[in-house]
Amino acid sequence: MRKLLFEILVKPPLTEDAPAPDEAAVAELARAVDQAARRRLGRSLAIRQVDAGSCNGCELEIHALNNAYYDLERFGIRFVASPRHADVLLVTGPVTKNMREALERTWAATPGPKWVVAAGGCAKDGGCFAGSYAVTGGVAGVLPVDLHIPGCPPRPVEILRGLLALLA
Amino acid sequence: MSEMRTPVPDAPSLGELLAAGRAVPGHRPWPRAVVDVDDWGLAAECLTQGSVTLLGLWGEAEAVHMALLDEPAAAIGVLSLSCPEGRFPSVGELHAPAIRLERAIQDLFGLEATGLPDARPWLDHGRWGFRRPLGNAERAAGAAPPYPFLPVEGEHLHRIPVGPVHAGIIEPGHFRFTASGETIVRLEQRLGYVHKGIEGLMTGADLARGAELAGRVSGDSAVACALAFARAAEAALQVEAPRRAQWLRALMAELERLANHFGDIGAICNDAAFSLMHAHCGVLREQVLRAADRSFGHRLMRDVVVPGGVAHDLEPQGAAAIAAMIAEARRRFPPLVELYDNTASLQDRTVGTGILRPALARRFGAGGFIGRASGRGFDARRAMGYPPYDELEFLVPGLEAGDVDARVWIRIREVEQSLGLVEQILARLPGGPVREEIATAHAVHEGMALVEGFRGDVLAWLRFDASGRIERCHLRDPSWFQWPLLEAAIEGNIVADFPLCNKSFNCSYSGHDL
Ligand code: SF4
Repeated sequence: MRKLLFEILVKPPLTEDAPAPDEAAVAELARAVDQAARRRLGRSLAIRQVDAGSCNGCELEIHALNNAYYDLERFGIRFVASPRHADVLLVTGPVTKNMREALERTWAATPGPKWVVAAGGCAKDGGCFAGSYAVTGGVAGVLPVDLHIPGCPPRPVEILRGLLALLA
Repeated sequence: MSEMRTPVPDAPSLGELLAAGRAVPGHRPWPRAVVDVDDWGLAAECLTQGSVTLLGLWGEAEAVHMALLDEPAAAIGVLSLSCPEGRFPSVGELHAPAIRLERAIQDLFGLEATGLPDARPWLDHGRWGFRRPLGNAERAAGAAPPYPFLPVEGEHLHRIPVGPVHAGIIEPGHFRFTASGETIVRLEQRLGYVHKGIEGLMTGADLARGAELAGRVSGDSAVACALAFARAAEAALQVEAPRRAQWLRALMAELERLANHFGDIGAICNDAAFSLMHAHCGVLREQVLRAADRSFGHRLMRDVVVPGGVAHDLEPQGAAAIAAMIAEARRRFPPLVELYDNTASLQDRTVGTGILRPALARRFGAGGFIGRASGRGFDARRAMGYPPYDELEFLVPGLEAGDVDARVWIRIREVEQSLGLVEQILARLPGGPVREEIATAHAVHEGMALVEGFRGDVLAWLRFDASGRIERCHLRDPSWFQWPLLEAAIEGNIVADFPLCNKSFNCSYSGHDL
């Protein structure tokens, strides 16, 4: 273990430079996030991720944000365990009917000001599961969505770009 | 769970079970036979004795099917029972691994499994607005009924409900713990939260749409599920993917296995409060995904495996990117294995924790690292020997201990094997086309496939109708037989070790809920 720790000291970090915030996402957000709210956040963002019926592909890429290459926490963005500590709900999946109530309750438990980010094609409009008897068809039908990050799943850098736009 | 029955003298073989029924023509590559109620029951008896293993149990509007595996002979067969009265004798009454599958059949098709010991709804939470959505559907309005959890009696017991929304970035499901002090007396799972109705969407879909859906059954197994679907479709339509495509598919399957094993080995250690492993394994996982992206244009290699072959060839710089990643992993992984092996505080958490007994693993036909850590050596790559694995060299590791530690070691050994497989594939990758055009068939065809994903064997079964569309497609994720085993393995462990045990199983919610 000592060897491994020593290597960490002498080797350059793997972490990559931050991507530029997504232009379109910034424009979309300018409408949603006002200056006052941004001051209250103090450039730090607590995210509660909610899987509302995803295939788990989106979760894998959200997870990747914590690895050494993306190192999400350096931006003051972190994932929290409880909606009560969250500023943002990051929702994935087509919102299955079996998850709808849990999603609504999670939102209700999140204190304001709060934002909803829908990640992935499913979260936008049900994606390839749209039309099924078992899904409601996207987050916007259930919660007010402030930002949508497209992709199936979006790459970590795309998720990062979207989240940075929240702080821009 | 039901007790083991006294054996039927001279239990029939799988071949005899099939011969007793009426063979269904056009079912490939393994036989299917329509049997009567008595022989259906006889098959259930054989399951309890362990002479055959349950591979799957699924319904359609007026019939039920069970796929059986004769492990020593590596033979597979499907028995079907038509149920015009809307009823069939429960297999779960005798053989516990069938219980959840039958609850799902009841929910989706409205066929009643008579004698089913646990007839509570499973996937149907009373929120779809329909009952029996894939059978004789009926509108159902009103509030969702409360779910009756199993009663618990005893002094000093308390219950801890967890989920469906969990504390981490994981899929939703409900766990109901009953604990005596710190010790878990019983875990009861309630799943179905991410049920998307995939099998409903499959019905009437064309081949391309079917492949798209199959690749989204469980995101971490995008390649394995798409491969199972593609192979089942190819079997039905009697098409063979070109040789190069088969090798590229195996390349992707092994990359998927590597990415998941790296990620999960790290995550298990993280749940044992050893985050250094997590950080390093996370780097290895990321490197696999980046190589996959450079080679196939998608980090999870989604929508690349298609019926008839692969959607596109390896990118020009792909082979070099993968080779570089493999060389890096060969250098970085061994010190991590040494670290896992030599860290007493980590071993203290994993050794002896969450033990799955071999007898139970065998009975449930537990696939993947869960089975192999508990003495069940089945691996579809080896047992079915589908190409190109019949030409490649690899070992299937096995252990008996069945604890978290054993599951980690199986994954470590499988990483080593997969690194070797990727090297062999890159060295011997045949040339030629990568996709065979599939003409729409105008007759009823049925096909099935069994493919080894990182988590275990994925079964796909489908039938095309006379217009060439999918009439019925069933995809059975290995998690169906692994989730119930987690309930068994956690008994007697402390509540604080649940995340560790759960991660060491890493069952798919989406793959199970469909
Ligand atoms: S957007 Fe794609 S990756 Fe994300 S949950 Fe939907 S199907 Fe899965």
